[in-house]
Amino acid sequence: MTAAVSFQNVSRHFGTVRAVDDVSLDVRPGEFFAMLGPSGSGKTTCLRLIAGFERPTGGTVSIFGERMDTVPPYRRPVNTVFQDYALFPHLDVLGNVAYGLMVKGVNRATREARAREALALVRLDGFGARRPAQLSGGQRQRVALARALVNEPKVLLLDEPLGALDLKLRESMQEELKLLQRSLGLTFVFVTHDQGEALSMADRVAVFNEGRIVQAGTPEEIYERPATRFVADFVGSSNVLAPPLVESLTGQHRFASLRPEKIVLSGAGAIAGEVRSHAFLGATRRLLVQTPQGALHVTLPSGAALPPVGTSVTLHWSPADLHLMEDAR
Amino acid sequence: MHSDGQKAPLALKLAAGAGILFLHLPILLIFVYAFTTEEKSYQWPPPGFTTRWLGVAWDRPDVWSALGLSLKVASIATLIALVLGTLAAAAVSRSRFFGREAVSLLVILPIALPGIVTGIALRSAFNLAEIPFSFWTIVLGHATFCVVVVYNNAVARMRRTSGSLIEASYDLGADGFQTFRYVILPNIGTALLAGGMLAFALSFDEVIVTTFTAGQQQTLPIWMLEELVRPRQRPVTNVVAMVVVLVTLLPILAAYWLTRDGDTVAGSGK
Repeated sequence: MTAAVSFQNVSRHFGTVRAVDDVSLDVRPGEFFAMLGPSGSGKTTCLRLIAGFERPTGGTVSIFGERMDTVPPYRRPVNTVFQDYALFPHLDVLGNVAYGLMVKGVNRATREARAREALALVRLDGFGARRPAQLSGGQRQRVALARALVNEPKVLLLDEPLGALDLKLRESMQEELKLLQRSLGLTFVFVTHDQGEALSMADRVAVFNEGRIVQAGTPEEIYERPATRFVADFVGSSNVLAPPLVESLTGQHRFASLRPEKIVLSGAGAIAGEVRSHAFLGATRRLLVQTPQGALHVTLPSGAALPPVGTSVTLHWSPADLHLMEDAR
Repeated sequence: MHSDGQKAPLALKLAAGAGILFLHLPILLIFVYAFTTEEKSYQWPPPGFTTRWLGVAWDRPDVWSALGLSLKVASIATLIALVLGTLAAAAVSRSRFFGREAVSLLVILPIALPGIVTGIALRSAFNLAEIPFSFWTIVLGHATFCVVVVYNNAVARMRRTSGSLIEASYDLGADGFQTFRYVILPNIGTALLAGGMLAFALSFDEVIVTTFTAGQQQTLPIWMLEELVRPRQRPVTNVVAMVVVLVTLLPILAAYWLTRDGDTVAGSGK
C-alpha cells in the first residue's frame, strides 16, 4: 500500500540548526496521524515540508507515491489549517472558503454552492456574508477547516489548530475533528504539543524531540511503553525511575517508567515512603510520596481511602508495569 | 483627549492660534495677490482687485508647458516609485537576506539627505556618465525620493499583513501572480494609493533636485522661481501658485483620509 505521506531520511537545516534531522516516517491513507513534541522539536517544520513551504536539505518527501522535490505548495494535493487560521481579512467567509476554487477557475455559481456545502459541513450555515473579524475563535477555526476541505485535499494538514481555543471548545472540537476525519475517510496530519490531544485523537503518534522522531506508534504503545526517558516525561506524567533503583528491583541497570496509576498502597511491601502532598484532580487524586530513592507520584481514585500527609505508606506495583527504556533523549 | 473637563489656559489658546496663523497666513497672502491690480510689485494693501490674471495665466503658453511637464514628470516618477517601492518593500518585509537592513537604510537615505546633496550627486553622476539632461533625468531625480515614500507606506502595511496569508494563498492553489493579485494587492492597496499620491505631490512641487537635473526644461516650480525675478505680470505667478496649492493639497488630503485608521503615512517630509 502506498503511504499517504512518506519521509525518507528527510532533513531540514537552517544554518547550523538541524530543525529536522534525518526523519523517516510513513503516514497511512485514511489515518489520523499526530506529530507531538515540545516547541522547537521539528514537528511544525515537518508539516511545512509536507505543505511545501520548506524544501528538505536532504531526503525525499512523497505524497501518495509522488515525489514532491520540485512541486511548489500550490500544486500539492494537500491543504493546511494554519495555527492562526490565516483567514483573508479582505474577503467574507464565503469568499475565504471559495478562494481555492476561485484560483482554480471554477465558475462563481459552482464554487459558491460548494463553499456553502463546506460551511454546512462545519456547521456554519448562514455565516457566508460575515467578515472573519466578526467571528469567534472557534468559528474562525471552522472557516479555516471548511476553506481547506472544500478543495478536497488528499491529505489535510493541521498546525496546532486547537491551540487558541479555550478548554471547553477544544474538547468539543477534538471530537468533531475526529468524527469529520472518520466520515470523510481523509488522511489528517496533526501537529500538537498537547500530549492529551495527540493521544485522544490520533490513530498513530510520532513523538518528536530535537528534530528527530523519538518514538512512533499507537497512543497505547506510546503511553504504556515509552521508548526513552524523554517520551515518558513528555507523554503523561510518568514516574521515571533512576538506574540504581531499577537495578535493585530488576537486576538491570536501566531507566524505567512507572505510571502513577499503576501504583497501589496495599499488598506485600516494595518501597516505603512518606506522603508529602495531595492534589485533587477530579476523578483521581495525585499523591507525592517521598521514598529514600526519590519522589514518586501515585494516582488514587477519588473514592479511595486517603493517607494523610506525613504518614508512612508502602508502594506496590506489578513487575510487568515497570517499563524499561533507553536513557536517550 | 480630556483632562477632566479642564479647559486650556487662554495663553495657550492664543499661542496655538498664533502658530497656526504664522503657518498659513503667508499662503492666504499668495491667494490675495493673485487678484491684485498692481502687476509690478507686491503692494499692501492691494490697490484694487481683479480676476483678469486668471485669463492672462490661461493664455500664457509657458505656463501650460511648465504645468504639462510637471504633471508628466510627477506621473512617471510616481509610476516608477510604485513599482520599485512595492518590490523593495516586498523583499525587505518578506524575506531575510544578507544586507537586508542595509538595503532598507539605503532606500530611505535619499529622503534623509538634503535635496541639494541628492541634486549635486545626480548631476555629477549624469555628467560622468555623459547622459544629456532631459525629461528623463528629471524623472530619475524625482524617483529617488518618490520611491522612499511608496516604500515606507508599503513596508508598514506589509509588516502588518500576516505572512501566513500568503502561505495560505499558496496552500489553496494560488500561484505567485494570483497571490499578488488576490491577497497582497487588496491588503496593501490603500497604502500604495496613499504613498503614490504623496509621491506625486512631492514630485510636483520639487525645486532643488530639479534645478540640478533639468536641462532646458522648466517644471512648474522652476518656472515660478524664474517668474519672480522678472517684474512682468507678477500676479500670474500667484494664480499658478494657487493652482499648485490645490493640486498638491487634494492628493495629500486624500492620502490622509485613506490611511487615517491607524497607520501613519510615513516619510511625508521631504
